[in-house]
Amino acid sequence: MATTDRGLVTPGEQLSKDGSRRAFIKVLLGGGFLASAVAFLYPVVRYLTPPKAIDLGGDSVVAGKVGELKPNSGKIFRFGSRPGLLIRTAEGDYRAMSATCTHLSCTVQYREDLREVWCACHNGKYNLDGRNISGPPPRPLEAFDVQVRGDEIFVRRRREA
Amino acid sequence: MSPLGNVRNWLEERLEWDDLIAPLRKKTVPVHRLSYWYFLGGITLFLFLIQVATGILLLLYYRPGANEAFESIQYIMTQVQYGWLIRSIHSWSANLMIFTAFAHMFSVLFLNAYRKPRELTWVSGIVLLFLLLGFGFSGYLLPWNTLAFFATKVGTEITGQVPIIGQSTMVFLRGGEEVTGATLTRFFGFHVAVLPGLATLLILLHLLLVQRQGISVPPKIEAEWKTNPAAKKEMKFFPNFALRELMAWYVALGVLGALAAIFPWNLGVKADPFSPAPAGIKPEWYFLFMFQTLKLIPAKVWFVDGEVIGVLAFGLVGLLWLLLPFFESKQPLRPRHWITGVATFALAYITGMSIYGHLAK
Repeated sequence: MATTDRGLVTPGEQLSKDGSRRAFIKVLLGGGFLASAVAFLYPVVRYLTPPKAIDLGGDSVVAGKVGELKPNSGKIFRFGSRPGLLIRTAEGDYRAMSATCTHLSCTVQYREDLREVWCACHNGKYNLDGRNISGPPPRPLEAFDVQVRGDEIFVRRRREA
Repeated sequence: MSPLGNVRNWLEERLEWDDLIAPLRKKTVPVHRLSYWYFLGGITLFLFLIQVATGILLLLYYRPGANEAFESIQYIMTQVQYGWLIRSIHSWSANLMIFTAFAHMFSVLFLNAYRKPRELTWVSGIVLLFLLLGFGFSGYLLPWNTLAFFATKVGTEITGQVPIIGQSTMVFLRGGEEVTGATLTRFFGFHVAVLPGLATLLILLHLLLVQRQGISVPPKIEAEWKTNPAAKKEMKFFPNFALRELMAWYVALGVLGALAAIFPWNLGVKADPFSPAPAGIKPEWYFLFMFQTLKLIPAKVWFVDGEVIGVLAFGLVGLLWLLLPFFESKQPLRPRHWITGVATFALAYITGMSIYGHLAK
């Protein structure tokens, strides 16, 4: 606030000079402050983003042992960090699919009485190929390939064509 | 009217906050050659706010428990983006806050700001300082590293020396007879729930008292102003002093960021309850003067354990320290000289013993 030497210049000149100086200082300080605020907030925002979980499962897991499942039954197995569903049909062959319901991500189960895959949360139903056949699920469950090697049942993600 | 003005009016019609902040508008801060000391309390408050913010951030990834605590901090420091920086700021800010709180306390002492009618402000401030030490002590264990483990063992053992209530207090603090995962769970609870709640209440009380009573003018300057009323100068709290305080906060943030980035805090080695204590084990610097004093007291004084005498002496000194304003004279312009003498001695003792403790083997 240069009021001391007002006598040396006309008040109008002083004011305009003051005005532009003031504006300049304002931009400089305001810009500097904003820049430093961004510099301090940026690490915080990055910190809030959780690191990617390492998916230890890879593309293929052992879902169970031969003889573990009787015909017309199913079990949940770990596929990386998500659950998978292994089914032995009444005819005795194996099917595997993602166990995460496509509606709101509950974990589905095999219903022996219905011979269907059922989600308890909102009564969604899928057939044994994982196709959504009733209730709210919008999409089929992701189907996996099943391979029996020795007495182990391997489940593998299907390669995108 | 501008849109912002409209919002302001809308809120004003409903909250009538102009009445609430009216005292703040009228509030002034005395201006004299010692005014700079007035910033220390504000800086301590700012560092406390930083602790709350970074503490909440750490809670997003930290897991208490003997099997997980160390690993989760390792995860924060190596996997989470800028996790090392957030943790480092939390540690640095904790240490700086205790330093500025001590500096604030001694400035209040030497400027005689604790006298009538500000006795309760002093008492709430000292209790806050004790709470900060509690924050430091409980937070130190949370990484579950070797240094923290033994510091907690020794610290809680000292509590156990107090006659009659000592043993049960120690078991209460440890959550059992020994320092284990149960201690970690407890300290975590104290650190993130009990102490923050108490501290927030006391800070509000402390600020309310400062607000009600205005800012103290040192008696020497008060006397000068009495003889020469023209020399009396004041500054509006809002915005003049508040903006200066903000500048101080901004500088503090810069110093804190630089320290945290240039000297990141170490994590150390995971605690193993069944390994011997490493050589040269010491508490945090702010406990060092007490630690060193206890080391100097002989094992037996007459027929009493030296430790017991030391612990009781510190307890008594702490209590007297808390009640210090009540020993002061009621005459506003004539503080008692012996209190300044005691303050000088305390400052010299704490500084000297801390340096001695730091250098001692």
